This record gives sequence, C-alpha cells and structure tokens, in this order.
Amino acid sequence: MPSWLRKAAVLLALAAIWEGYARWLNNPLLFPTFVDTVKAFFSAIASGELPRAAAYTIQLLLKGYLAGLLFAGLLTAFASMSRIGADLLEILTSMFNPLPSIALLPLALIWFGLGNGSIIFVLILSVLWTVSLNAYSGFRSVSPTLKMVGQNYGLSKIGYVARILIPGAFPSILTGLKVGWAFAWRTLIAAELVFGVSSGSGGLGWYIFEQKNQLLIPNVFAGLLTVILFGLIVENLIFRTIENRTVRRWGMQV
Amino acid sequence: MLAVRGVTLQYREQRNLVTATYRISFNVGESDRFVVLGPSGCGKSTLLKAVGGYIRPVEGDISLDGTPIKAPAPDRVFVFQEFDQLLPWKTVKENIVFALTASGKLPRRQAEERAMLNIEKVKLTEFANSYPHTLSGGMKQRTAIARALAMEPRILLMDEPFAALDALTRGQMQEELLQLWQETKFTVLFVTHSISEAVRIGTRILILSAHPGQVKAELNRDECNESKLQELLFSA
Repeated sequence: MPSWLRKAAVLLALAAIWEGYARWLNNPLLFPTFVDTVKAFFSAIASGELPRAAAYTIQLLLKGYLAGLLFAGLLTAFASMSRIGADLLEILTSMFNPLPSIALLPLALIWFGLGNGSIIFVLILSVLWTVSLNAYSGFRSVSPTLKMVGQNYGLSKIGYVARILIPGAFPSILTGLKVGWAFAWRTLIAAELVFGVSSGSGGLGWYIFEQKNQLLIPNVFAGLLTVILFGLIVENLIFRTIENRTVRRWGMQV
Repeated sequence: MLAVRGVTLQYREQRNLVTATYRISFNVGESDRFVVLGPSGCGKSTLLKAVGGYIRPVEGDISLDGTPIKAPAPDRVFVFQEFDQLLPWKTVKENIVFALTASGKLPRRQAEERAMLNIEKVKLTEFANSYPHTLSGGMKQRTAIARALAMEPRILLMDEPFAALDALTRGQMQEELLQLWQETKFTVLFVTHSISEAVRIGTRILILSAHPGQVKAELNRDECNESKLQELLFSA
C-alpha cells in the first residue's frame, strides 16, 4: 500500500472518530461535528471572509519573514567577517533563542503601538535567531577542500561567497529557513489571536477570536483548519519541493 | 619551470608551532612527472599547498616560470585526495564548466565543449549529467582530474589523489593517468606515501624524511627501483 493511501486512510479514520464523538456529545457549542465544520469552512470560503483573513495573515507573515531574513543575512555576514561579530551572534542567539518572541509582544505594543508594526517586530525576532544561527554554522562547516577548490579557480570575493559558500552551506540554511518559517507562523497566529482584536485588523487569528466571541464554534474550527492547511502546504509542499530539487538531488542532506 | 628554493614551512597547531618542512629545494621541469615521496608527517601535503599558494613559506621562495607564488591561481590546479573536492550541487559536466568559467578561461559555450572533451578522455561520457554523490570514488577522482586537465594549467598539483581508493581502482587510475600524460605531456607534481605509486608515476622522485620534512635524495626514475627507495626512505 503506498504511503499516501495509508495516510489518507488514517485521516479518514480520524474524521470518522471526530464525527462520531461530536454526534454522541451532541453539543455543537462545545464541539461541532466534522460535517458542520467542513460546511462552515466552505461557506466561509464562499463568503470571502476566510480567504480575506488568510490573505491578510499571509501578507503580514511574508513581510515579517522577509524582513527577518534580511536582518539574519546582515547578522550572519557580520559574524562571518569578524570575531566580534561571531561573538555577538553567539551571545545574542543563546540569549534570545530560548525566549519565545511572542513574549515580547506587550513591549512591542508599547514601542510600536497597536497595529502591524509591533506584529512585524515580533515576527522578525522569531525568524532572526534560528536563521542566522543555522546559516552561520552552515558557512563554518563548508568543507576546507571545497573552500580551497573555490580559491583555486580564481573566484572574486563575491563570486566565492555566492558560488561556493552559499551552496555549500545550503542544507543548513534551508533548515534555518524551515524552522524560522515554522516559528514565524506560530508566532503570528498567536499574536493575532491575542492582540489582533485590539488593532482591529483582519487576520486568521483575529477571525478565530471573533467567531468565538459570537459563539460560532464551527467557524472557529474552520479557522483552525485553515491554519493547519496553510502550515501543511508551506511545510510539506513548498519546502519539500525545494528540498527535493536541491539538497536531496545533490546528496547533501544534513 | 617550478623552482622551490630553501623552503621552510610552519603552521600553528593549538599553541605549538610545527615545522612541516625544513629548507627544501628542488626544480620541476617541463613535462616532468615529479613525485614527492615521504612518510606521513613529512610535510609533503603542506609543501604542495605552499606551491598551490595557500600557505606562505617562512623562509625560502617558490616561483613558477620566474614569478614568485603568492596566492592560489588557476595556473596551478589541485587534485585533492578528498572526494568532496567536487561541488556536490553541480553535475560532472557543470563542475568542469564551473572551473573554466569561474576562472574566466573560457566563455560558457566553449567551456561546455571542452568539458565534454575532457569527460570523454576520462571515460565518463555516460555520467556527464550525474551528480557527484551518485558516482563511485574512482569516478569522482576521474572527474576531478578531468576538471584539472580541462583548465590546462602550467602545473598539475596532485595530493595523494588515489589514496582513498581500493587497490584495484588505484592501479587502474595510475595507468589512466599515465595514458593521459602521453597525450598532452602535462607537468605534474604528485605527492604520495606509496613507494610503488612513486615508481609507477614518477619520472623524477624526491624523497623526504619526517619531522620536519627534509630532502633525503632526488632521483631519476631510471636510476632507482622499489627496494632502493625503500632503503633510502627508512635509512637514518
């Protein structure tokens, strides 16, 4: 039996258990049935409410993620060029990596006010440390032989970084990008859930929060389902594809 | 052509300053297959890196065609022992094209032609579009040799290129290297710790002692055999 078929069977079984339990409980306010959730999901999509919320969340996420990558790139470059930079990276990452960046949201709200500014701030922090740490250790673990080969063919400094160091460190960089993405996604939903309401914006977290206030529980479930779906698509489709086309094809998995 | 005069090399290992070679001198002539033979720890790899321009001597000087060697350059191409000298993200062909274009030797079109020519020489035509991790050790080393030869360097620097191969493949690779040499008579500086390999590959053989590496003898291939080398290598 192929693996996708096995997994589909497991999913189907889970849906059946959900449906059975919800029917037995018979309390749609606490736990709506699977069928109701799916119905709510599709009607929220049809009404455009859910796609709008999702689009809002994703553009916010992309902004924060890309800004985070930019800062991570700068920090890594600084760390690779000087010993002080390396120390700085090491100290900062060991300090801030254990700190969930969502914990800085209250402060961010004071500094940047209610709104997207503070959310992007915590997003940047959620991405920055993992990505720079992974990229930096990736650069350091590029094999000395490969570095010597790069120098042998007379590459310029930029050429050397772009054509030897970055591809050589790519497995590590990709891991950083993946973990960074996962952190950012979870941070953003949490931030929207708790504070999105006050900023009056319309992301997915906010959608879930608002539907709960109106006791539209099947819609809450539909919102959660959307969060899961997007996570799955990005992590298993986009990143998997990148992985298959690069590190797997090159035999470079870490 | 390549002149090494009184070269002393040192490197730092933790706190200690290690002298790898002490006042080594030799000359490599056009189309020589010059073998540096010595036990492990005689600094022969370090010496080769100095010729490559990766290390600066603390004493003495190295020059190629009269110009002192200061930095790595594509006129001295390395073939290493390690299999990871091929860029894993490039196919066999792309590895060679990369070398030719990165060094500015040829534009892409001609680089591809020359790459295929050299791939054919090392009998890897079928594998031109394979990624290195799918190749056997011998095939990887052949690719590295093809890449180096495609560059048409003034001198080819080989650092125990066959040491990580099984005995059968090693013998075959030595044979192929000699055949390739017959075609273009390239100049090669070849480092090894294997006496039989030195005898097979070399036209001239330089014998080094260990800790630090010093010249014990320099011989023509026709004035020595394995047992004589053995004697020289292990004499006090």
